[in-house]
Parts: sequence; C-alpha cells; structure tokens
Amino acid sequence: MFIKTKIRVQNIHKGFPAEKGRLDVISDLDFKVGDGEFVAIVGPSGCGKTTLMNIIAGFLAPDSGAVLIDDKPRLAPNAKGVLITQQGSVFPWLTVRENLLFGLPDEMPNREALAQEYAELVGLKGFENNYAHELSGGMLKRAEIARALVVKPEILYMDEPFSALDALMSLRMQNELLRILARERHTVMLITHDVEEAIHLADRILVLSPRPARIQASFDVPLAHPRRVSSPEAQSLRVAILRELGVELA
Amino acid sequence: MVGEQKGMNKVRKVLPSLLVLAAVVAIWWAVVVATRSVIFPTPWQVVTGTLELAQDGTLWDHIGASLFRVGAGFLLAVLVAIPLGLWMGWVHGAFVTLNPLFQILRPISPIAWIPIAILWFGVGNASPIYLIFIASVFPMIVQTTVGVHTIEKRYLRAAENFGVPRGKLFRQVVFPATLPQIIVGMRIGLGVAWLVVVAAEMIALRSGLGYLIIDSRNAGNRYDLVIAGMIIIGLIGLALDGIMRLLEGMKSVRWRYVH
Repeated sequence: MFIKTKIRVQNIHKGFPAEKGRLDVISDLDFKVGDGEFVAIVGPSGCGKTTLMNIIAGFLAPDSGAVLIDDKPRLAPNAKGVLITQQGSVFPWLTVRENLLFGLPDEMPNREALAQEYAELVGLKGFENNYAHELSGGMLKRAEIARALVVKPEILYMDEPFSALDALMSLRMQNELLRILARERHTVMLITHDVEEAIHLADRILVLSPRPARIQASFDVPLAHPRRVSSPEAQSLRVAILRELGVELA
Repeated sequence: MVGEQKGMNKVRKVLPSLLVLAAVVAIWWAVVVATRSVIFPTPWQVVTGTLELAQDGTLWDHIGASLFRVGAGFLLAVLVAIPLGLWMGWVHGAFVTLNPLFQILRPISPIAWIPIAILWFGVGNASPIYLIFIASVFPMIVQTTVGVHTIEKRYLRAAENFGVPRGKLFRQVVFPATLPQIIVGMRIGLGVAWLVVVAAEMIALRSGLGYLIIDSRNAGNRYDLVIAGMIIIGLIGLALDGIMRLLEGMKSVRWRYVH
C-alpha cells in the first residue's frame, strides 16, 4: 500500500553554543511520516527530543537540513500543525470557550457552534465558561486538545502531552485521544519517554540514540486497536524497545 | 449555624488589628492627659473638630478637591503608561531607547518637581495634577513593561502556532496576559498619587486635604484639624487601595495571583 509522505525530516543537524565549542544535539536525523500515520519517538532523557519537536513544528530552525511538509519546506509554525506540550498552553486569562474560539477566524460564521462541538467531543460540556485555574489537570489537557483540533489541523505534534498527569489520568487521556483520532484522521507525531504509551498509541515507534540524536531503531506496531499493552506481542515489543534504550528486562 | 461560625471567624480575624487601633488611641489619650498639653489634642477633640468641619461643609470641599486632582492626574497617567508600557514591552527597540530615560526620571521625588510645576502651570489645579501624573506614570510604565516581558513563552508559542492576526494577538494574548501586572502598577501608582496630592496641596493651593492641614496649623494652631486631616487622608488612601484590590478579584486576572 502506498502512503503519501506528510512529513519529511531531511538530514537535520542542530547544535547549541556550549562552554567548549558547540554541543551537537541532533545530528544527521532523517525520517518520513506518512499521511495519517501515528509515529512515536522515544529516547533517553536529554537526547534532544524536544529540540527535534520544536524544529519539526517550525519554532526552531535547524543548522542544516530541512523539514518538508507535503514536500514544501516548513519555515515557520502555522495552524496546519498544532503543538501540544507537557506544560500545556491553554490561556489562563480566557475561558474554555474563548480558548477554543482563539484559533478560529473572527469572520467564520459557524465558529461558536464548532467550538461547542469540540468542547463536547472532549467531554467539557458544561465547563465552557470556566477559566483554566478552575479546571483539573485532566480537564486542562482536554481543553488543549480541543483547541488544537477545532482548527482542523492536518498534523498534531505532541511533546510528552500526558507526562504531567498522574498515571491513571494519563491512561484515560490516551484512550480519549484514540477515540478522537478514530473520528478524525490526523497525522500524529508523539514524543514520549513512556514506551508503553508509545506502544498503546502509535503505528510506528522510532528510537533515538543518546546525544547527538539520530534514529537508532524503528519498530512497526502491527496491533489492532483497542490494544492491550499486557498482551504477549506488546510485551515482547516493549522488551525489544527497552533493550534499544539500554534497559535489559529479566 | 455555619453562617454564624463564618461570622465568628471574621470577627476573630479583625479583632487583633482593632485592638491595636484601640490601644494606640488609648495611649494617645492618656499621654495627652498626663502631659497636660494645651496644643496637642485628645482623640475626642479631633472628633469634634472633624464634626465641625463636616457641618459647615468645608471638609467635603477639601476631600472633593483632593480626589478630583488625584483622579485627573492618575487617569492621565494610566492613559499614557499602559500603551507606552505595552509598546516598550513588546518592541525591544522601544525598550532600549526609552528605558534609560525613565530609569533616570523615576527616582526623582515628585516633590522635587514642585518648583518646575509652579513655573509651568502656576498655582491652579494643573500643578498638582501634573505632579500626580509624574508620580504615578513611571511605576505603571515599569510594571506594564515587566508584565509583557514575563509572558510565558509557551503562551506566545501557542499564539504563534495558531497564526492569528496582530490585533487579535494583542487583544487576546498580550494585553490580558499583562493585565495582572498592569493592575499591580495601578495600585502602586494610585498609592503614590495620593501621597503626592497632599504634599502638593501643602504648598500652593487654597483647597484640598493638604491645604487643610497647613492652613489649620497656620491659622491658630488648630492641631485637632491637622490630625483630623491626617486620619481622613489615611482612611481615603485605604479605601482607594481597596477599590484597586477589587480589580484583582476579576476572574480573568486571578490566575496570576492564586497559586
């Protein structure tokens, strides 16, 4: 089956000035993400995952190489690909409803209805007029996902989206995300340090090496949804990925 | 029952400060009586003096005059400081160009401006209004600029991500994100403005609470009215700060104050 390439990361290299010369964070990184594909990137902490995500989403320019979206070089961020981060960025001075309306043009005729629809989709019906500090961590994440989806992006960039939540809420949000993605087909790039989360969600998992980051291994996840992370196939995948990350399980 | 308990808690909270106030008045009274001072008034003399002024109406004229000057000077300062502070916070070039000038002007006491104010504006209302403007404009510029500079990057990135027009970016991100700091600046600004109006009125004018104090002393050592003026200034200052604090209770700014 032929899948159109959505994101092409082409030999990117990125370093930062350090005390002694330059610190190479990403070196010669090269991969593709297909249209509608869900790719997870796992790697040791401090390996440059977030730097990579910022480059792909357009917030940071690589020193060399390029990021192509639909074969066109990506130079700046835009609403075609929305970034969701661990800290979250729901505006605390706006209500949930105003946050959802933020990315929609003022002259759009059905924007109110659309915002309402997405608030309901993520389970925030009844909280539209609440401010962020009146919401729990999980609800805040739902608001952020709704704000990203309401602008109908083609790509979702997720950088440790659920890491700040407790384990139970993280699992719940993963299931929510799968439910929403089943409804709307997005290309998704997920960065995580949680191998089980990657196996639960992704079609393909890329393992990054320690700094400077490059692709060390790639795993397909040929399991149908809904997945059980405790199944033997998922567990042997987990063992193999952890081995790549330098963790041997007995 | 629960309401009663809440009421009790409130009483318990303000009780210590009321006791301190009562103690200050009691000591003041005792000392005046013990030293048999003929000039320094007892608290009761201050009360009767205040009533006298309230009855003949001059008290309200003085309060009205002072509030008008503060209102005018402070409003002018708000109108100048907020746009200027937002601009300096957002545009780096504006900041590096103007900030040194303001940092030099800011530590100059408004009192030092009095001779120049008289030279430029005479002894009418314009002089104290100008002094109040000078006193309150700089803290508000500084706070607004700091407010813009401390907007968290994650919010600016999110705004950038959605690619909204510039006007919307200012209306829905930069301004509301800075508003809590602007309100802090306004609180400081209004506090300084109230300090300065009294000082300014002591010098030139024929109305206002500052004038009341100086005039009461000059016209026959009416120290009861001097102290009455001081207490009224304190109470009005407290009320003005209370009004500004109401702004901090707005739902759209509370995120910055609650943690």
